[in-house]
Amino acid sequence: MSTEIYNDGPVVHQPTFIDGHSVEIPELRILHQDGTTYPGADLPDIDQTLATKIYHTLAFHRVLDERMVASQRQGRLSFYMTALGEEAASVGGAAGLEPQDMIMMQYREQGALMYRGFSLENFMNQLFSNAEDLGKGRQMPIHYGSKALNCMTVSSTLATQIPQATGYAYGQKLQGLDAVTICYFGEGAASEGDFHAGLNMAAVQEAPVIFFCRNNGYAISTPAEEQFRGNGIASRGVGYGIKTIRIDGNDILAVLKATQIARAYVVKESKPVLIEAMSYRLGAHSTSDDPSGYRTKEEEAKWQSNDPILRMKNWMLKQNWWDEAQETALFEQYREQVLAAVKVAEKIDKPNIDTMITDVYDMPSAQLQAQLDDVKAHIKKYPEAYPFTAGKF
Amino acid sequence: MAQINLLHAINSALDIAMEDNDRTVCFGEDVGHFGGVFRATSGLQEKYGKARCFNTPLVEQGIIGFANGLAAQGSVAIAEIQFADYIFPAFDQIVNEAAKFRYRTGNEFNVGKLTIRTPYGGGIAGGLYHSQSPEAYFAHTPGLKVVIPRNPYQAKGLLLASIRDDNPVIFFEPKRLYRASVGEVPEEDYQLPLGKAEVVQTGTDITLLAWGAQMEIIEKAAQLASNDGISCEVVDLRTILPWDIETISNSVMKTGRLLVSQEAPLTAGFASEIAATIQSECFLHLESPIARVCGLDTPYPLALEKEYVSDHLKVYEAIKKSVNF
Repeated sequence: MSTEIYNDGPVVHQPTFIDGHSVEIPELRILHQDGTTYPGADLPDIDQTLATKIYHTLAFHRVLDERMVASQRQGRLSFYMTALGEEAASVGGAAGLEPQDMIMMQYREQGALMYRGFSLENFMNQLFSNAEDLGKGRQMPIHYGSKALNCMTVSSTLATQIPQATGYAYGQKLQGLDAVTICYFGEGAASEGDFHAGLNMAAVQEAPVIFFCRNNGYAISTPAEEQFRGNGIASRGVGYGIKTIRIDGNDILAVLKATQIARAYVVKESKPVLIEAMSYRLGAHSTSDDPSGYRTKEEEAKWQSNDPILRMKNWMLKQNWWDEAQETALFEQYREQVLAAVKVAEKIDKPNIDTMITDVYDMPSAQLQAQLDDVKAHIKKYPEAYPFTAGKF
Repeated sequence: MAQINLLHAINSALDIAMEDNDRTVCFGEDVGHFGGVFRATSGLQEKYGKARCFNTPLVEQGIIGFANGLAAQGSVAIAEIQFADYIFPAFDQIVNEAAKFRYRTGNEFNVGKLTIRTPYGGGIAGGLYHSQSPEAYFAHTPGLKVVIPRNPYQAKGLLLASIRDDNPVIFFEPKRLYRASVGEVPEEDYQLPLGKAEVVQTGTDITLLAWGAQMEIIEKAAQLASNDGISCEVVDLRTILPWDIETISNSVMKTGRLLVSQEAPLTAGFASEIAATIQSECFLHLESPIARVCGLDTPYPLALEKEYVSDHLKVYEAIKKSVNF
């Protein structure tokens, strides 16, 4: 134990302030938009099989988001959130991990789930809150999760997953597992107290966790310059004594490379890493939001030309791992599958009324059972007012 | 059986829980080598190592966020919040996360292995920020269990049960009794049931109900009342959530009267919830209005603490008023 104040800088005799930009933070880029790589770039560990799996996931992601926004507009779905323009961050991150690693999402990381194998039916059942939803129809659309796939269920409360990821990773370390936790969040969530708590505790407790910030420029309508000052989220990592890297979040190879080396470091050293992926939220915050009120078409156009999926496609074409015929066929196949799955999921019943009181505790208490019995008796009295459940118990 | 104080009983329970399961972890501000500001975790780091008993940074929301993640991972997480007055930065992690973890994930995940220990209550000249009794805030949150022991024997058995219960538990420790309350406590492992009140003294004229440090107040008042020929049934609620309606109802149906006493302020305290339920369950058996003897609806005072607290004399007066209604 030491009470010395940490200082490895020079001692000076004139007052000398430093500012957040004193730390120069490089940004890793491997891929040009045209699919060529930067000269001398250090490529990730990737072969045709992995590249194809990643690209299929990105394509599925784009199709699912487009179709589900359309379904919401048609009134078939109450709510949806796309990750348009920043799909590479979640898919590339998941691709750099092992299946036993825990993924803690914020809410715009459906790409990580897709990569892990969350099925189209899983997505649909959650989005339509039906009886087959793993979450039992309790949370709004897009709050996915799966124990079997080591993907922690999304919660609406922002940044709460950050200190939880630290604790989860600490448990993995205590057990001596070859497993880490990755924790996704946006640059807006990094203003929450839980961000600071989680990073500080991970540094001090030496938890094997990868903090993955998707800096997409906006928290609903609030731009990053109204969210924080200083050199992005990466500078916070440095401040907490955490090894930190900034990357181009629209560059799938940079995301994969950073996650692969971060995982190796985290496992070997049993210490956290922070990745700040620079990207842009091309879509609205959610289907309840219209970004034309707070940003310009010109700004959006600039980022449309930075499409991460197109960038990977260009690279795949140059590798001769992909062609236009495959592209057309794949997108068409996914569109048909999603449309068919919507039709199935929306016809599945709502969850059984008994699930109202399960999972509050490990076992429903006598009080909860009595409250449910009251509700059932009431429904029997006024069945026409409760069409989803009347006559079904 | 050894005579030990309430702190030693807590320490003994933690020791057993850590010995019993090597995935049990204790942490919080100053709980490591120092053993906690009250010494409840004394000796645990020496015995089980720094990885399983350690200091955390000074950040309550981080402590409980960390604990939620650790418990979700399958470890047995025992988090200490140094004073219940300082639990509020962690309110979101407790109310929105711990309490709803199993429900919102459809039982894909849960934090049943989480126990939060925290000293609560007044009587130590602690003023408004070292004296609060915040149990009612948490009692309003489905998914949590809230447990408060009254003496060393209860503390050890209820804490072991809380640690092993498959639901997140907030375990409030009456800090006024940490050293003041001494009693016989078995050295071995034992558990007392959660969700069960205990009839401490049988009586026929009125039921007196409390929990934690307030138990010795109502027992003292019952003694005064017995000198007047009033027979009090004294009940310890022990678990605030989910609470034992049946035991309380049975007692009130027998005595016809109920007095609930708590340290916390009157309005919207847990005594109010008990009063509402019991008037509904026992309406035709009641011979007088249900009495609540509580703190005033003010912050907890310092210089005027003696006047503020619901002491045995205030309880005694309320007993007489109820019986003579």
